[in-house]
Amino acid sequence: MPSILEIIGPSMIGPSSSHTLGAMRISKFAYNLDGGTPQDVIFYLHGSFQETYIGHGTWLALIAGLCGITTDDSRVAHADKIAKTLGMKYEFKPVDLGEVHPNTVKIFTTKNGEHHEIIGSSVGGGRIKIISIDSLRCQLDGEYPTLVVENSDVPGALEIIIKTISFSDVNIARLELNRESRYLKRANAVIELDSEPSDSVLNALRHLEVVKSLMYAKAIF
Amino acid sequence: MNVNRFSELVDISEKTGEPLDRVVLHWEMLDSGKSPKEIMEKTSELLHVMEEEYESHKGKTFKTLVGLTGSNSKKMYEYLPHAFIGEKVFTAATIAVLMAENNASMGRTVACPTGGSSGVMPGVLLTLEKSGIERDKLVSGLIVAGAIGKIISVHASLSGAQSGCQAEIGSGTAMAAGAAVHATGGTPRQVSNAAALSLKSLMGLVCDPVGGFVEVPCVKRNASGAVLALMFSDVAKAGVESVIPFDEVVDAMAKVGIAMPESLRETGKGGIADTPTAQKIAKEFSKKFKL
Repeated sequence: MPSILEIIGPSMIGPSSSHTLGAMRISKFAYNLDGGTPQDVIFYLHGSFQETYIGHGTWLALIAGLCGITTDDSRVAHADKIAKTLGMKYEFKPVDLGEVHPNTVKIFTTKNGEHHEIIGSSVGGGRIKIISIDSLRCQLDGEYPTLVVENSDVPGALEIIIKTISFSDVNIARLELNRESRYLKRANAVIELDSEPSDSVLNALRHLEVVKSLMYAKAIF
Repeated sequence: MNVNRFSELVDISEKTGEPLDRVVLHWEMLDSGKSPKEIMEKTSELLHVMEEEYESHKGKTFKTLVGLTGSNSKKMYEYLPHAFIGEKVFTAATIAVLMAENNASMGRTVACPTGGSSGVMPGVLLTLEKSGIERDKLVSGLIVAGAIGKIISVHASLSGAQSGCQAEIGSGTAMAAGAAVHATGGTPRQVSNAAALSLKSLMGLVCDPVGGFVEVPCVKRNASGAVLALMFSDVAKAGVESVIPFDEVVDAMAKVGIAMPESLRETGKGGIADTPTAQKIAKEFSKKFKL
């Protein structure tokens, strides 16, 4: 059952929880993954997002998320100007992403020469589903601090990753492990946590021999 | 305490003598693990957002996203001394339109229960506040409204795309009517009756926004919701009962939602959205901003 606070709230920027708040939360996930505002971003709008991106303010909500503004900050309505002061260039393009939710956006960001690409859907009432991070498929609602680990597909790899996380007293809420390539011995793990890992835990994970790459996104508020 | 019907909350309140908002807070604590204190504080913050947005925008015009509304609350604000229906009722309608116009222009809003219906509750609560009802009574009323909305969301829906406008303005009105009864000292049974009477009056209301945008007819429907909620609050407190209990009205609303064709569920294809004027507006707007 939903909390009564979800029924009588939240406080948000209008007009629509699915077209405005949800869009902003997807973009906020990209912001958290990038660890700040990127220099360049391309928003690829799918389905209903493409039709209503002006009339529902979806475009401003998307920009606002990557500017790091909170979801009920009145400045969302002027996010285009804030992007300018932060030096973020943006572009909107139509796209057909196939059989996905009608309110879906692909966000391609470039920050300090590094690229990231996420796909997220706004599924109603401001709730979202991140379905892809750098082409890696996932099902995240953004409510938890999330680790995306690319690791060696060898015995004990997951164990040492989990040990490193739990050693710091951080509890794992959900975990998904996928093999990328048996030949290359590559796999990936998407790990959702109950609390934020410290920088030292993130560094320890990065230095593990079995960890090839690591991305971290804070929970969305 | 495996409660999932509103009548159970009313029964518990009547049998134990605990006020309805306290029963709701305990129900919520068992369900979500959140303490009554935390929920009361967060509810008070939501009321604070409504108060702040109203105070900073009253008497002003708005530049809405599509531009189909924006100066209506200002017109109503200025007309207030002449309102034949009386100051309180007209104030409720004016605040509801103001909050809805603020929502349509990317202002801060409380989705109580949704963005499109976010004018109804402040219309009612802020009018009560202006009339001298204490703030903590309003917070209690809002908590009771949360329970009404939660029951609707579990057994029916709060989404126009799923069940039409009856699920948005209809639910918002039932919630606001219940809040008003509770905040002004009515009994739990009167809360339930006010919610049932409101939802029955808006049963079958379709979601037909012009172009699919949250402006026409959404903004003005918030006014009718607020006025209806205040009226049924008094009707219920006068002792009038809903022949059909609230929980059964909710089930009926769910069935009506399922029977509703897709064109009348937020697609911008039926009802008001299907009129020649609406089609013309939608066409011009989408031509202007084609990606």
